[in-house]
Amino acid sequence: MRDSKSPLSNLVAELLAEFDVEIEDCMDETVVKFNHENIVPIAKIIKFDSRLDCDYLRCLSAVDYKDRIEIVYHLSSLEKRHKLILKTSLTPEYPTISSVVSVWPGSNWFEREAHDLYGVEFENHPSLLPLLLYEGFEGHPGLKSFPFHEYNEW
Amino acid sequence: MHISELTENTGDTIDLMINMGPQHPSTHGVFRLVIWVDGERITRAEPHIGYLHRGSEKLCEDETYSQIITLFDRLDYVANLNCELAFCLAVEKLMELEIPDRASYIRIILCELNRIASHMLFYGVYGLDIGAITPVLYGFRERERIQSLFESVTGARMMHNFIRIGGVKQDLPDNFSKQISTITDELERGIDECDSLLTNNEMFLARTKGVGTIDPKTSIDLGLTGPSLRAAGVIEDIRISDPYSIYDRFDFSIPVGSNGDCWDRYYVRVEEMRQSLKIITQCIQQMESGPVSAKVRRIARPPAGDVYLRTESPRGDFGVYLVSDGSPKPYRVKVRAPSFANLQALQHLLRNSYVADAVVILGSIDIILGEVDR
Repeated sequence: MRDSKSPLSNLVAELLAEFDVEIEDCMDETVVKFNHENIVPIAKIIKFDSRLDCDYLRCLSAVDYKDRIEIVYHLSSLEKRHKLILKTSLTPEYPTISSVVSVWPGSNWFEREAHDLYGVEFENHPSLLPLLLYEGFEGHPGLKSFPFHEYNEW
Repeated sequence: MHISELTENTGDTIDLMINMGPQHPSTHGVFRLVIWVDGERITRAEPHIGYLHRGSEKLCEDETYSQIITLFDRLDYVANLNCELAFCLAVEKLMELEIPDRASYIRIILCELNRIASHMLFYGVYGLDIGAITPVLYGFRERERIQSLFESVTGARMMHNFIRIGGVKQDLPDNFSKQISTITDELERGIDECDSLLTNNEMFLARTKGVGTIDPKTSIDLGLTGPSLRAAGVIEDIRISDPYSIYDRFDFSIPVGSNGDCWDRYYVRVEEMRQSLKIITQCIQQMESGPVSAKVRRIARPPAGDVYLRTESPRGDFGVYLVSDGSPKPYRVKVRAPSFANLQALQHLLRNSYVADAVVILGSIDIILGEVDR
């Protein structure tokens, strides 16, 4: 079974052996699922290990699956040209995760957006002020529970 | 009390806060920039966005896949076809659809033309930002040629809704080969003319050379992509490094800068227009007749799963993250807009530059608020 996996997923499995991670190959990318408490140490390994060298955060998205909120980090290495996806689940009641701004400074606004629209708290983020929404807006419009048609501003 | 004593006692002087926008003509849309200045130097800059937030991503969750293409038109409203392409490719990747060759060629021709149109708009308004009034007339003249061609092909000048899931809406008009050969000749001359008008102008050089510099490492860290990243000397173009559609069939080069200043960001775009023309010429040579759309059901139902697809839009890495639950409507659509990420670098670029250069630097990263705010 192990041989059928891509070299990248084998390498990730080796480097992240100390953490409880699930690795699978999905289409042309490698997906790593992990416990949200380990985000910062995992992010550091992925960025700073010379064999992985994922220096570029392509995208950070939050997805509301009702029973959980998933945070998806799309990463890639500009030099090695491989792509990696990190996925982690948060509880919908208290979606809290450590910020990765210290690892990828480009994640700053993506995290602020996820905070605005999905109510995800990013610990140690430099400033979680509203970005897309105006100050004083109540609720998190990205969530599935946020009303669609009933919402009437005017 | 003498003034020197006063400053000594209180420590630093107080920075002056200046507000630009949201209705400022040089901000290219509704964008607010707050800057703090110490004399002529900017000490801190704080971009405020969200004035154009329409909730496009949330709206996508309530539309069928084919309806969403119209929403993507309105993200990057000067490079509409590039946005349409990104979305359609993402859906097709999830559905594992095979696209007829002719459809792919039509898509690439239109997208590359759109890239030229977008860069021409940048060229024109960047001249205006600097204080040169003439370039905008030339830039818009060239862009107008492309818009007219789009009108004859897609029926609309801007909101095309032409690239569909599985191919394109219809075949090219009969006189297209004549039109495109005229337009490529005109554009080639037009780009040269624009280039000679502004690029080496002494005033232009004085305003842009060495202004707003950024080094490659910081650019990558901040998530800068597209021409702004290449201007810093990083050789990265998704069309080559991670080819999508049929970009692996063309021979073209990636223009890169060396200093990462405003002039490099400008000139990379001018050179990119020439490369786009090269791709278009190759497309026309390679294109054969055939169907322009794969056989797809009218209501597309991609299988449950998620997909991330990235494309090189005129502004950089345009990514679409699509989550499907197998129903006719997507579960979640996330757009990774290049302008959104590039705008983050503005704070870094503005720090320690002159107030007078703020508009020059903002113009050089070529933001489109439609995709920043979504």
